[in-house]
Amino acid sequence: MHELSIVMSIVDLAEEQVKKHQAREVDRIELDIGTLAGIEFDALDFAWDAGVKHSVLASAERQINRIEGKMRCMKCGREFTVTEPFQPCPDCNDYLNEFIQGKELRVKSLTMKF
Amino acid sequence: MCSTCGCDQPGGVTITRAGEDQVQFSPLTPGSGSPLAYPHQHGHSHDTRVIEMEMDILGKNDARARHNRDHFRKQGILAFNLVSSPGSGKTALLERTLNDLKNDHRFYVIEGDQQTMNDANRIAATGVEAIQINTGKGCHLDADMIHRALHNLSPANDSILFIENVGNLVCPALFDLGENARVAIISVTEGDDKPLKYPDMFASSQLCIINKIDLLPYVNFKVERAKEYARRANPSIQFLELSATTGLGMSSWYQWLEKRIAERKQEAVLV
Ligand SMILES: Nc1nc2c(ncn2[C@@H]2O[C@H](COP(=O)(O)OP(=O)(O)O)[C@@H](O)[C@H]2O)c(=O)[nH]1
Ligand SMILES: [Mg+2]
Ligand SMILES: [Zn+2]
Ligand SMILES: [Zn+2]
Ligand SMILES: [Zn+2]
Ligand SMILES: [Zn+2]
Repeated sequence: MHELSIVMSIVDLAEEQVKKHQAREVDRIELDIGTLAGIEFDALDFAWDAGVKHSVLASAERQINRIEGKMRCMKCGREFTVTEPFQPCPDCNDYLNEFIQGKELRVKSLTMKF
Repeated sequence: MCSTCGCDQPGGVTITRAGEDQVQFSPLTPGSGSPLAYPHQHGHSHDTRVIEMEMDILGKNDARARHNRDHFRKQGILAFNLVSSPGSGKTALLERTLNDLKNDHRFYVIEGDQQTMNDANRIAATGVEAIQINTGKGCHLDADMIHRALHNLSPANDSILFIENVGNLVCPALFDLGENARVAIISVTEGDDKPLKYPDMFASSQLCIINKIDLLPYVNFKVERAKEYARRANPSIQFLELSATTGLGMSSWYQWLEKRIAERKQEAVLV
């Protein structure tokens, strides 16, 4: 389950920041996660509690901004939302699409407690 | 081997050379990665402050992968990351390749599995140096594991490193190891819609090997359909069809490898 290693990476980032800012712990964490990022949201949920135990995130409130997948058709220029990485343009049925968003996997902000 | 990095990363991972039973062990307990070393302030106030980070969660892995890539470039090493479902024939492909080419090139193998030394031992039987990474519960190799294995192996200049990833078409797609090329293997005993089901892996691979073609007469696997599905995810992906056990089609794989080796030599001249 790579979601656990994702959580561990988030913990690492948070601990670094807490150290850097000489804070006590994290009050709130905001994540941007694309629906095409290869993350199962349920599995992330499941991994979260185990992963943050005894860390600066142990009691942090978590907000996940789900960023929906978007592509632009290279033929007709239409922008459309996708739920899978490779979906054809609804108009031309073509698979040559330009990726716009949905693969985000980042910590957007941390609210530190001092 | 390196001067810029700490190699003491903890993790739930053991790294063991084939032929040795000495194990570097650090059990995986979630959250044990870093003890709470942050300064604890006195007089518990309730001040809070928002820090905008916009930081990539996989940033560390990517940085370590770049570092591995530096190692490879400086030493003229070619590294290939082999990914597939369990049982598609990664180890069989390596065994035959090493037996056929070991007199022409210097090879090393890093084997990734959740448990056992089996694959490293199979490789060691060919006479090639192999190291086993056991990821425990982990479902993929990451750049840091590869880095630690590299320090242990100390590969020679101008050699070829094969990395056999944990059998899994999902998770390894996310983790760059610093490889020069990623090779996805599917076998004809799997569904030809694998590339449709696991598009990320095919999108991030440069080569797709269709293995076990000796079994094509017995299964309902349409090679052209599998290719069409893989091209949806990655229009520029290349294909090879072969059988690692009968040897059919292996020469196309060797040609592909020799071409990569020639390209690397070309780059070395230019640098
Ligand atoms: N018929 C046939 N069997 C193969 C071929 N390649 C591998 N196998 C068999 O498939 C099984 C799994 O192979 P292995 O190399 O261990 O797969 P891995 O899990 O991807 O490393 C073994 O029993 C192999 O002998 C092939 O080309 N043809
Ligand atoms: Mg294997
Ligand atoms: Zn996983
Ligand atoms: Zn279109
Ligand atoms: Zn290094
Ligand atoms: Zn190092």
